[in-house]
Amino acid sequence: MLSSKAFLASTRQTRNIIVKTAVRSFASEAAVPPVRTSFGNLKDEDRIFTNIYGFHDYKLKGALKRGDWHKTKEIILKGHDWILNEMKESGLRGRGGAGFPSGLKWSFMNKPSDGRPRYLVVNADEGEPGTCKDREIMRGDPHKLVEGCLVAGRAMNANAAYIYIRGEFYNEASNLQVAIDEAYKAGLIGKNACGSGYDFDVYIHRGAGAYICGEETALIESIEGKAGKPRLKPPFPADVGLFGCPTTVANVETVAVAPTILRRGGKWFAGFGRPRNAGTKLFCISGHVNNPCTVEEEMSIPLKELIEKHCGGVKGGWDNLLGIIPGGSSVPVLPRNICDDVLMDFDALRDVQSGLGTAAVIVMDKSTDIVSAISRLSAFYKHESCGQCTPCREGTSWLANMMARFENGQARPREIDMIEELSREIEGHTICALGDAAAWPVQGLIRHFRPELEARMAKFRQDAQIQV
Amino acid sequence: MFARSLVQRAAIPTTRSAVRTISTSRVALSDKLFVHRDTSDNNANVKFEFTPENMERAKEIMAKYPPQYKKGAIMPLLDLGQRQLGWTSLPVMNAVAKMVEVPPMRVYEVATFYTMYNREPVGKYFLQLCTTTPCQLCGSTEILKTIEKDLGIKVGETTKDGKFTLVEVECAGACVNAPVLAVNDDYYEDLTSETTIKVLESLKAGKPIKAGPQSGRHTCEPKGGLTSLTSEPTGPGFMLRPDL
Repeated sequence: MLSSKAFLASTRQTRNIIVKTAVRSFASEAAVPPVRTSFGNLKDEDRIFTNIYGFHDYKLKGALKRGDWHKTKEIILKGHDWILNEMKESGLRGRGGAGFPSGLKWSFMNKPSDGRPRYLVVNADEGEPGTCKDREIMRGDPHKLVEGCLVAGRAMNANAAYIYIRGEFYNEASNLQVAIDEAYKAGLIGKNACGSGYDFDVYIHRGAGAYICGEETALIESIEGKAGKPRLKPPFPADVGLFGCPTTVANVETVAVAPTILRRGGKWFAGFGRPRNAGTKLFCISGHVNNPCTVEEEMSIPLKELIEKHCGGVKGGWDNLLGIIPGGSSVPVLPRNICDDVLMDFDALRDVQSGLGTAAVIVMDKSTDIVSAISRLSAFYKHESCGQCTPCREGTSWLANMMARFENGQARPREIDMIEELSREIEGHTICALGDAAAWPVQGLIRHFRPELEARMAKFRQDAQIQV
Repeated sequence: MFARSLVQRAAIPTTRSAVRTISTSRVALSDKLFVHRDTSDNNANVKFEFTPENMERAKEIMAKYPPQYKKGAIMPLLDLGQRQLGWTSLPVMNAVAKMVEVPPMRVYEVATFYTMYNREPVGKYFLQLCTTTPCQLCGSTEILKTIEKDLGIKVGETTKDGKFTLVEVECAGACVNAPVLAVNDDYYEDLTSETTIKVLESLKAGKPIKAGPQSGRHTCEPKGGLTSLTSEPTGPGFMLRPDL
């Protein structure tokens, strides 16, 4: 403890310092770099996917011309530590929806080998309503994905990659198979891949129509030839995954951007977007916009700018906007006043109680029956629930049934709170996130469109009384 | 026994109206029956064998999986069987089970879980219309009505000539090109009522028109003209870091 004397002495000292500093000039202030405040306007040369529209040749010859498979051998020979460091530096976060830092996730695989093979599993079971980015990668730029499998596989010392494509994507799978066959033939994958002395195989496994197989453990079950029902974690796939071996599951986009990041450097990629939300991203904008499209843009681009610049604006103008689902069906809907200035990245959307998800923007104008739109999503989750956990199996049916009544307003206002409570009982009480995904759209509807629900119920009751 | 008592109880109200009726919640059936019912073309005694050509393919498929995990091939083999026969009958499932050396039940589990295995015969053109929200916003309800009216069938039914079967599916993963109709493996996108009828007419004539967007778009680019990727793609070594 300081004595009173010492305390006095110390205050005197600080006072002296203050006096001294007041004399000094402030020339050192300018050393802090200016913080970027505007995002978007990505240049063509900074776009990673140069053939998402399919105007160029997707085969090996075209891919080589666009710079794929350039110096892949050198990248592989740099070793896994170098690749992992670059990926960490790039700040890439998983593009499949959860947004987990990819470099960190891949590094979980590098434990000392116990003799078991290791697998990279690529999740191409793209089924989230609103999302259609992986499809364009696989049919337009399949070599980016195959090369990505190789470098990501090298980072985790994997022996093989399985690419799980949803069964409906037959033509996309066949494009990708062509790319894989070409890569084998050219010695880019397989034994002694790219002449680096590293052996790596790539296989395709086609699904058969189950949204739940987009969940990583369900996907693993499905490749093993079983019904796609998620597994309890732990053990995590990095310890016990596909065929009982260490496995990492990554989204197509995450894997496909890796070679370009490594070639241009993690710093280049980290230069886009806000801190912790780095990079470029494929956005799919569907629904009530003049020109729906898939486009690669910088992260943190304002939502309004994204829609006005690339999609020709909302049908009937921005004032005709009712709400936007910013990240695929699983995230809550945002009303217009939030859409005005929200940025498209993980943190900004989380702050407004929604999420970036897969960056699938579903735009709804004022002609939309919002209750019916969300009700259709509830029906979707009811259909896709695997039936393993009771809260989800029963809860999604209840949500769907209640929402179907809400469409006509055939309910009492207190049921709005009941359905909210019901959704809270599903959320977080299931093995996988499908339960959460089913609950959030309904919660979003109640949060922002409660007056609409209540008005419908009042109208229904009024109509019913008139009929009586 | 339980069923019998139910029947008896249910029968009572018709004679004595004072007795309370049994109220049950709506039976939540999936869009297909999960239980197998023997029919003349779908029972264990019907013969099914893979053609020699498909046997070769089956061997290629099975080579993808580790030897102790042969059953990983169940899904692709069922798909192969479905492509050969046109649908996934019980004999197909049994043949697959025999091939990957698992009890048949393991294959039945898979075949009933996934929606793409048709356990009943379907028409030559299997129409799968996406009606999930993004497609719904872009008018899939109207497309559904158009198809139903044009073919004279409801969802889940097959036309009398056995040419068309119509089903509703959940998100087809082509939302930017909504509404989407998948005919067998091909996607017809950006549909309107008129183009839907055009597609159906071409199928009826046996000369399917080119799949893909029917609005004149190439794939998923904005229809008003490109807003990105307007310049020639950069070549190898562009912006390459110095230490590679």
